[in-house]
Amino acid sequence: MKDWPETFDLAVVGGGNAALCAAITAAEAGASVLILEGAPKAYRGGNSRHTRNFRCMHHGPMFPLTGSYEEEEYFQDLMLVTKGKTDEALARLAIRSTEECLPWMMAHGVRFQPSLSGTLSLSRTNAFFLGGGKALVNAYYSTAANLGIKIAYEAQVTHVHREADCITHLEVEVAGRPVTVKARAFVLASGGFQADIDWLARAWGPAARNFLIRGTPYNRGVVLRDMLDQGAESVGDPTQCHAVAIDGRAPKYDGGIVTRLDCVPFSIVVNKEGERFYDEGEDVWPKRYAIWGRLVAAQPDQVGFALIDAKSIDLFMPSVFPPVKADTIEGLATALGLHPQAVRRTVDGFNAACTPGPFHPTELDGLRTQGLKVPKTNWARPLETPPFYGYQLRPGVTFTYLGLKVDARAQVHTPEGPVRNLWAAGEIMAGSILGQGYLAGFGMTIGTVFGRIAGKEAAAHVA
Amino acid sequence: MSLDLSPAGLPLSALSATQEARRQIEICNACRYCEGFCSVFPAMTRQKAFADGDLTQLANLCHNCRGCYYACQYTQPHEFALNIPAALAEVRVESWERLARPQALARLFQTQGVALAGLLVVALAWFFWALTMWRPVSGAGFYAHLAHNTLVAIFVPAFVLPLALIALSLRDYWREVGGGRVRWAHLMRAFDQAARMKNLSGGHGEGCNFENADRFSNHRRVMHQLMMYGFLLCFASTSSGTVMHYALGWEAPYPLLSLPKLLGVPGGLMMVAGAVGLALLKLRADPALGAVRVWGGEMAFILLLGGVALTGLALYAATGSALVGPLLAVHLATVMVLFLLMPFSKMVHGFYRLAALVAEAGRPAPSAGGDT
Ligand SMILES: Cc1cc2nc3c(=O)[nH]c(=O)nc-3n(C[C@H](O)[C@H](O)[C@H](O)COP(=O)(O)OP(=O)(O)OC[C@H]3O[C@@H](n4cnc5c(N)ncnc54)[C@H](O)[C@@H]3O)c2cc1C
Ligand code: HEM
Ligand code: SF4
Ligand code: SF4
Repeated sequence: MKDWPETFDLAVVGGGNAALCAAITAAEAGASVLILEGAPKAYRGGNSRHTRNFRCMHHGPMFPLTGSYEEEEYFQDLMLVTKGKTDEALARLAIRSTEECLPWMMAHGVRFQPSLSGTLSLSRTNAFFLGGGKALVNAYYSTAANLGIKIAYEAQVTHVHREADCITHLEVEVAGRPVTVKARAFVLASGGFQADIDWLARAWGPAARNFLIRGTPYNRGVVLRDMLDQGAESVGDPTQCHAVAIDGRAPKYDGGIVTRLDCVPFSIVVNKEGERFYDEGEDVWPKRYAIWGRLVAAQPDQVGFALIDAKSIDLFMPSVFPPVKADTIEGLATALGLHPQAVRRTVDGFNAACTPGPFHPTELDGLRTQGLKVPKTNWARPLETPPFYGYQLRPGVTFTYLGLKVDARAQVHTPEGPVRNLWAAGEIMAGSILGQGYLAGFGMTIGTVFGRIAGKEAAAHVA
Repeated sequence: MSLDLSPAGLPLSALSATQEARRQIEICNACRYCEGFCSVFPAMTRQKAFADGDLTQLANLCHNCRGCYYACQYTQPHEFALNIPAALAEVRVESWERLARPQALARLFQTQGVALAGLLVVALAWFFWALTMWRPVSGAGFYAHLAHNTLVAIFVPAFVLPLALIALSLRDYWREVGGGRVRWAHLMRAFDQAARMKNLSGGHGEGCNFENADRFSNHRRVMHQLMMYGFLLCFASTSSGTVMHYALGWEAPYPLLSLPKLLGVPGGLMMVAGAVGLALLKLRADPALGAVRVWGGEMAFILLLGGVALTGLALYAATGSALVGPLLAVHLATVMVLFLLMPFSKMVHGFYRLAALVAEAGRPAPSAGGDT
């Protein structure tokens, strides 16, 4: 059994990207560091193990990125998705820092690869990890071990003990046994609270019980809750989470990237009553996939069904689960547990509203329905070529927005002022920059940038 | 058609090796995070559904570098239970067993190190007997023990017939995986990849994840190349000896500064070093990331190669001493077993892997896909 009688220079709470960046930076500055990862070793790395890329500013081609991606464009992209709900100073700090992060990541074992097949549109803005996020996490853990950083798995922090403007120690459960960890500085990098379904249900309503969690079951927001209870300043809408529509057969937790479904633009999507509820062809999928989590969440039982015919089945990336298949619309409806007549009526109505014209799967083709209450404004082709296919859709939560408010030094604040020896990095403070929406690859940006800042500040504090 | 992953689907243990590989490859094809490690992942993006032949090809393309195991977020205890290196190793060994003739011999020697050792004992006994029975009246060096013509009469068929069997198997392989017309450029590409063992490089050049869990190292790659180039040098040495014997009328034993010795001695040393290295690495590696049931057969194969080289070097070192006779018997026995078992042991891997690399080189470059 593990016990740590010594006082560490730095104790890092969490074992994902932000935690590792902080720990490595501090250790390289000479600090003695302990990482407390709540998950067992096989599941170390939180949501970071599910990621694939990192959004990076750069002035010219820089492996693996093509072209250039300047601060202004990056910032405008962020403004667009957050609808202005961001802290401009912090956002620009994060964006500017990404350029030096890329070589830092490489120097600490992360390897990159050219944009994955099917993601060409990101080759200029996002650097893809060779082997994905788990390979990145592995590389950082190896680097951490080389630096002599102590790593504890199954070490769940339950309480961050504060006296006035100072943290004195952590209360931790190591494989179920209570342990006290003393350190002179602390970094909180324990992610959001999306895996705590009860908390989600309190924030969102009972519908949240039907949500699937795309990432780790270990981000239950215990430390976030503890800090909020102690009056730490918070930021971000507590009732909101980032949710996308994923395959309804995905596991409750940790389904990750393979459960995503890209079929919506080439489908008609009905709810459990067999009725359509939103324009499936509103825009290209990368711009629309994030709203479908909410749309499905608003339907009865939080479920939707994408119906596709043989013409369109090869137009999107394969999903990990095979579609339900049938020779007739009624057969498909029955197999999906839907009312065959209701679905038939919807499909007939839709087919009749389709208009002729050229179909272009890769661009907005304006091929739209006429006269429907819920139109489909692009890629509208009648569902008539058997066999027919169907996927069940459910909301899959990526992360939550509520977090700790930090300053440009990643320091945590209470209404009385900054806590002198406490910093936060990653998802737990992402709300400081990402007020709403999401920009692909920005989660790893926030974790890497603020993890390094937190590690540097903590090491300077104890030096 | 794909397999259902839901609880209603088949229990995983009930799947055949090919079905299990298909289940796993379909997950990868929806993920693709590992695209940069090796040739397998880009190759799989060409299709959505995987026929048995596609899986045979992917399995023989996989170099068991294990990068995609340690990088995978879906390994056990996750319910998707991915272990691509093991799944493909199973399919690969099965394909070698299936395409061999007779299959039973391949099943025996791929799996059982003991069977190989048994055959070795038989060969040893036979050569000791042959050396006493057929001792020539005259001859220099080891030809004093066994006449050159006898040696040729024994070893030419023992070499050519197994190669002929392998050729037949490769033809079947080509059909099964739907290989196209072979062009010079495809061969060059395949040879280039094998010469550098590119698929054991991890994509970044830091090597594979064989002996040290998720840390990368080039040890296995280096050891393999010592073994492979050592073997090729030894093969060249024997070939040059044959040419010198027949074309130039210059008979063994050859001095140190002759082609057979200049090629053979370094080659032998490289093979011994490679065998020791590969065997030690294999002891340190996690057997569960390969085809567990053939571990013994694989280890025996490494030791056999090491044995061939070691006894060859010993024979040279013993020149002129009384040990030449017994050492000759031992060396010839190991070589004989290696030759006879070419179609039925791990030795076929070189042929199939090369074929897989050629087949891959002949296919259209994997598309970078749409814009999703
Ligand atoms: C499927 C999926 C794909 C994604 N893809 C991308 C992508 O490609 N690019 C991108 O930028 N972002 C992506 N994201 C978002 C990204 O994962 C997060 O923004 C990022 O990983 C956050 O890093 P973090 O270190 O803050 O948190 P995490 O990586 O989640 O780490 C939190 C850590 O804290 C530990 N922990 C939690 N509670 C406790 C406790 N009480 N005590 C001790 N330890 C605790 C957890 O076990 C975990 O190790 C993706 C998210 C998901 C779900
Ligand atoms: C066409 C050229 C070749 C290729 C592409 C190739 C490829 C490989 C690969 C990828 C492995 C590791 C995976 C596995 O164990 O299956 C391997 C193992 C091995 N190879 Fe080769 N090989 C080639 C030729 C040779 C030759 C000519 C020899 C020597 C006769 C040789 C000897 C070995 C040995 C001994 C192993 C076993 C290592 C172990 O089991 O740990 N290879 N080869
Ligand atoms: S091995 Fe795992 S991480 Fe790699 S492509 Fe397959 S599913 Fe993805
Ligand atoms: S084990 Fe290595 S060579 Fe085989 S598929 Fe995985 S990454 Fe490719």
